[in-house]
Amino acid sequence: MAGINHYLILSAIIFSIGLTGALMKKNIVTILMSIELMFNGVILAFLTFARFPPSRPTGLEPVAVSPFLTGQTFALFIIVVAAAEVALGLAIVISMFRNTESVDITTADKMKG
Amino acid sequence: MNVGIGPSIVFWILAVVGIGSALGVILLKDLFRAALFLVVAFLTMAGLFVTLSADFVAVVQVLIYAGAISILMIFAILLTGQVQRGNPSNRLQAGAGFLGVLLIVTFAVVFLNTNWRLSGEAAPDSTTAALANVLFDGFVLPFEIASVLLLAAVIGSIVLAREPDEQ
Repeated sequence: MAGINHYLILSAIIFSIGLTGALMKKNIVTILMSIELMFNGVILAFLTFARFPPSRPTGLEPVAVSPFLTGQTFALFIIVVAAAEVALGLAIVISMFRNTESVDITTADKMKG
Repeated sequence: MNVGIGPSIVFWILAVVGIGSALGVILLKDLFRAALFLVVAFLTMAGLFVTLSADFVAVVQVLIYAGAISILMIFAILLTGQVQRGNPSNRLQAGAGFLGVLLIVTFAVVFLNTNWRLSGEAAPDSTTAALANVLFDGFVLPFEIASVLLLAAVIGSIVLAREPDEQ
């Protein structure tokens, strides 16, 4: 059975691949796709910690929400924010393409002094 | 639950396919194929969520990520019509790759050297009903804020993306 470290290292790998892509690509659509990969790595880490909850010291009062569910709730909210982010990001891409006829971020330097 | 070696094999298959398709997203020259590999990466992540007993989040992942977000990405690629220009890298390529490897190594060292004190409880069989209770009880205010955020994002993207008015 794959343990907590397997899942956490996998989420770190997915996150790092997304970060590398976001830093090294010129096409803004690929950068958005890489950011989605980073989101997925973070969701995987949240769900891993939700699946493997910590042991609580004895004597504490019980928690209100099951430890299996808080991480999943956060994962759902991350997905909501990611959907909003990608809708706005792609609107910006379309708007930028209409104005400059390009999706290459290295040419988007109008505000450079 | 967790009987035999089955879950482990599933994890390794999904991990290898997921890492491979994630690498495909950032390394392929063809933008459209990169978007299709993104769909594969999202689906393998959904499979991993199932192995973590997060069944509802896995279904949401398939619906929102593999369904909606990838289709939006493909629409953006087709609307901007830059497929033939390929998927070039900028001059930070070596530095970004080095940073990624460094990050993986750092995370791995930290995770492997941490003494996780886990409760070892068995995960609940189905989380959907329990998740609904949590969402509409303790998390109801964030839930409503999230819906307002989605509405604002939708209106904002319509305003940004529509053709400018002919005056």
